[in-house]
Amino acid sequence: MNINWFKYSSPQTFYPLAGKMIPWFAWLAAILAVAGLYIGFAIAPTDFQQGEAYRIIFVHVPAAWMSMVIYIVMAGWAAIGLALNARLSAMMAQALAPTGAIFTLIALVTGSLWGKPMWGTWWVWDARLTSELILLFLYLGFIALQSSIDDPRRADRAGALLALVGVVNVPIIYFSVKWWNTLHQGSSINMGAAPKMAATMLLGMLIMALAFWMYTVAVALMRVRCIMLERERTSDWVKELSVQGIAGVKS
Amino acid sequence: MVIKARHKRFILIGIGLALVGLAAMLILNAFQSNMVFFYTPTQVDKGEVPHNTGFRIGGMVLENSLKRQDDGLTVHFSITDTAKTVPVVYKGVLPDLFKEGKGVVAQGKVGPDGIFMASEVLAKHDENYMPPEAAEALKRAQEQGSTSLVMPK
Repeated sequence: MNINWFKYSSPQTFYPLAGKMIPWFAWLAAILAVAGLYIGFAIAPTDFQQGEAYRIIFVHVPAAWMSMVIYIVMAGWAAIGLALNARLSAMMAQALAPTGAIFTLIALVTGSLWGKPMWGTWWVWDARLTSELILLFLYLGFIALQSSIDDPRRADRAGALLALVGVVNVPIIYFSVKWWNTLHQGSSINMGAAPKMAATMLLGMLIMALAFWMYTVAVALMRVRCIMLERERTSDWVKELSVQGIAGVKS
Repeated sequence: MVIKARHKRFILIGIGLALVGLAAMLILNAFQSNMVFFYTPTQVDKGEVPHNTGFRIGGMVLENSLKRQDDGLTVHFSITDTAKTVPVVYKGVLPDLFKEGKGVVAQGKVGPDGIFMASEVLAKHDENYMPPEAAEALKRAQEQGSTSLVMPK
């Protein structure tokens, strides 16, 4: 099959396609989240040292993963937008930033709630926690920078530069527990090694991660549709859409 | 091959990223000694810790070292990295996961008598998650001298 990808790189053709994709990803996210939470809270066994309190892992770890994955994807779109001067890529980067910031915040808050009973503190300035906090500031900085520049093309370029420079923080977050001694424990799941957790716990966590991933796609597509309409409001296809919309309401 | 403008921009972005990465690596390398969250008992023994100010010690709580004073709040224990051991005294509530043979990070100062006076004690747990039965089986297997992690039938 030969798909002309460049056809979908124009907002006009991507807008209806994104609209069709949203319900699929949204439903997948809902179903996976229900399954993941059920496994996490009803099926997965109690932990030998943390008891039931460890179950926050089913939200904490997937949220932390997504906070890093979304940043890399966002920086990737920003780079493509910068290099190819492609409008839609920059819009995708802009659409992903709020979701990335929210997952970072969720990871920080759930980690704090987990840290108090287990470690004995809400917060410490160790390398893992500090670098994740920097990630939150990078997201907020990206959003603030983009929205503070009126000309969208210039806003895209400035945002892309910030996103690209900030990408060095992601490996620092990931490897922080390996490179330095931290209060945060090491990774339970490593490439090339057996996971250090029971199989059902792992399954619950992976399904939750997939659910968050599908949610991210659905929400980013919704947001990018809004951004497309806003930025292209003077173009013919948006005007046509709004005419159709008014006609649809009247009929 | 003709290098188009967009190829050039991709290359420039790549070079830029490599430079930023290199800069980050050098900075982190320079701060290496300041990035540690805690010092090990061996480092304390060698005098590699800051003098006159507080710092953190991390390691395992030595087995059979935990003693409570009669006031019920003051505890004595030792932190070990299996090579060296540092005696610690702490007055306050210990975290739930604080246990002999488990990880711990204590913040405080070394007193004149060589005892580490902790103002805060945190538990450091490992990255293993398993049901209690599995942990029990693992422990039994280790006691029997087998180094394999495969559970006995």
